[in-house]
Amino acid sequence: MSEENKKLKKNPFSLQVDPALFEAASDEEKAQQVTMRESVSFMRDAMRRLRKNHIAMISLCVILLIALIAFVVPTFYPYTYTKQDVSAQNLAPFQYSAKEQAKIARGQSVFPHIMGTDALGRDYAIRVIYGTRISLLVGIFSALIVIVIGILYGSISGYFGGKVDMIMMRIVDIIYSLPDVLIVILLSVAIKDWVSASKSTLIARLGAGMVSIFIVFGLLYWVSMARQVRGQILSIKEQEYVLASKAIGASPARIIRKHMIPNCVSVIIIIAAMQIPSAIFTESFLSFLGLGVSIPMPSLGSLASDARTGLRSYPYQLIFPALSIFLIVLSFNLLGSGLRDAFDPKLRA
Amino acid sequence: MNAKFLSYLIKRLLMALLTIFLVIAITFFVMHAIPASPFSSEKAKSDAVIAALEAKYGFDKPVPIQFLNYLWSILHGDFGLSTGWVGNTVIDLIIGGFSYSARIGFTAGIIAIVLGVIFGSVAALQRGKALDKIIQIVTTALVSMPSFVMATLLLLVFALQLGWLPSMGNQEGGLVLPIISLSLYPMAYVTRLQRSSMLDVLGQDYIRTARAKGVSDWKVIFKHALKNTLTPVITYAGPMMAYILTGSMVVENIFSVPGLGRLFTNSMLRTDYMMIMGVTIFLATMIILMNFISDILYKVVDPRIDLT
Repeated sequence: MSEENKKLKKNPFSLQVDPALFEAASDEEKAQQVTMRESVSFMRDAMRRLRKNHIAMISLCVILLIALIAFVVPTFYPYTYTKQDVSAQNLAPFQYSAKEQAKIARGQSVFPHIMGTDALGRDYAIRVIYGTRISLLVGIFSALIVIVIGILYGSISGYFGGKVDMIMMRIVDIIYSLPDVLIVILLSVAIKDWVSASKSTLIARLGAGMVSIFIVFGLLYWVSMARQVRGQILSIKEQEYVLASKAIGASPARIIRKHMIPNCVSVIIIIAAMQIPSAIFTESFLSFLGLGVSIPMPSLGSLASDARTGLRSYPYQLIFPALSIFLIVLSFNLLGSGLRDAFDPKLRA
Repeated sequence: MNAKFLSYLIKRLLMALLTIFLVIAITFFVMHAIPASPFSSEKAKSDAVIAALEAKYGFDKPVPIQFLNYLWSILHGDFGLSTGWVGNTVIDLIIGGFSYSARIGFTAGIIAIVLGVIFGSVAALQRGKALDKIIQIVTTALVSMPSFVMATLLLLVFALQLGWLPSMGNQEGGLVLPIISLSLYPMAYVTRLQRSSMLDVLGQDYIRTARAKGVSDWKVIFKHALKNTLTPVITYAGPMMAYILTGSMVVENIFSVPGLGRLFTNSMLRTDYMMIMGVTIFLATMIILMNFISDILYKVVDPRIDLT
């Protein structure tokens, strides 16, 4: 009773504050305020889901392994892709030529031809490795081209909207309906002479097919990226935080860079991942037709094409490049679908 | 068939015509940007002979005039004279090659769509079961294989190793392997499309209603679901056409079929510019028209789609 009296009697209509509210929090109450889980950003959430996807992770590992082989092995490999050896033509895998056998008999060590040799006596393994390198480079560079142009075009079109958007999207519609592979072929036929006469060693080494692939990617392939980015930007534009940013006087460039592009990341990653296999397909297709890289640079397509002449006797000359292109495209496809599952907000569980 | 649909049809048709015009323009100007004359690569000729040849093929006039002339003659079905197969007109060669390519391509397309729809539906109905998994693995593998890999592997296994089928297109049954190699990739693609669209449709309310009414499974699938699952497949018709036409370039070379694709690659080897231009324009027109048809069909089949 005396205890009760010490406390002030609370009048419901008084403004007097309740002292109980100002007591120090107990340890138990404090514990409730501690964040048990760190906050998860969209990127981290997506990465977590990607890591859980075993197929996608295995594909990523395969791609990294192939890339490692393609870019590191040539630095210390004992054979080069151009060196011809007349005495060692069309050897089967792990077979030695007479000259090499004599060398081994003398006690010298000879590095085995893991995949045999081709019709000109060139080591096949290193040629397949170089071909793989070309495929990977085409895939990566085309993705870069598509990302840069697609984002620029799509975000400008989506941000400004109205007439600008309408005209820019009409252009995209027209480009979208052009048959791309035909134009690549046409262009590579047209610039073949120019490329082989070119003073620039890089262009001459790349070959007409590669140069025209990159030109065509730059001209045509970014349209689906631009469309998706534009769609995304159009919906982000209506958000309040963009309005707030505009109200404090941020420039369009800043708004695009700071608010819109980060929100387009998932779309960008998905489209870029899907672009890579189709770029690799196109390059190998052109090389198979003889329009790709310049001789003697090998490409998986040109290796498969060359293998046709001796197909009956040396089927492995087809199997190795065919297998490696299959492996590359398969891994990129599986990784791409894994990325789509991880980054597509519509599929979020 | 209301006014809205008609205006969409006209708009889409104009778009297709504009695209075809653009392809012709691109083809023409790209080929004319090449400094070399088509006659310079051949054996040494006197200037007078070259001038006479250029006059005969109309290469002596200014480029814009040549373009207008070219456009005018294309409208009359005249793609000029071939320089690689002397004495033939481009259009005759194209028609001759196309009769083979159309046969292969059409059969391959039909096979791809029919089998793709069947496999895709089966996979969707068996979702998560062994058959679905097998179909998914096989289709994933098939869409990761370029046409030339597929064709050469088929040639190696079925023609050279097993000897079941001929390796040359002009032999009896020689078109079987080219058709199979062209149809596998689109078939796998259609299967995947059909599987996801079937799963989508099977989850819809009207399917549940039909089931609740006691309609049998087969009737639900054929009468209610199948029709509505076909829209994504229709949109793929255009890209499939593009795949089959470009794929025929390698496949016809591998199996020695005298079709349009092989003609095209040969005309590149012979630097027959008129031929390259003619075939490019012809193939591009086919692809653009197919895209146009599939776009229109898509709207006809699914009236819910907004016509804007």
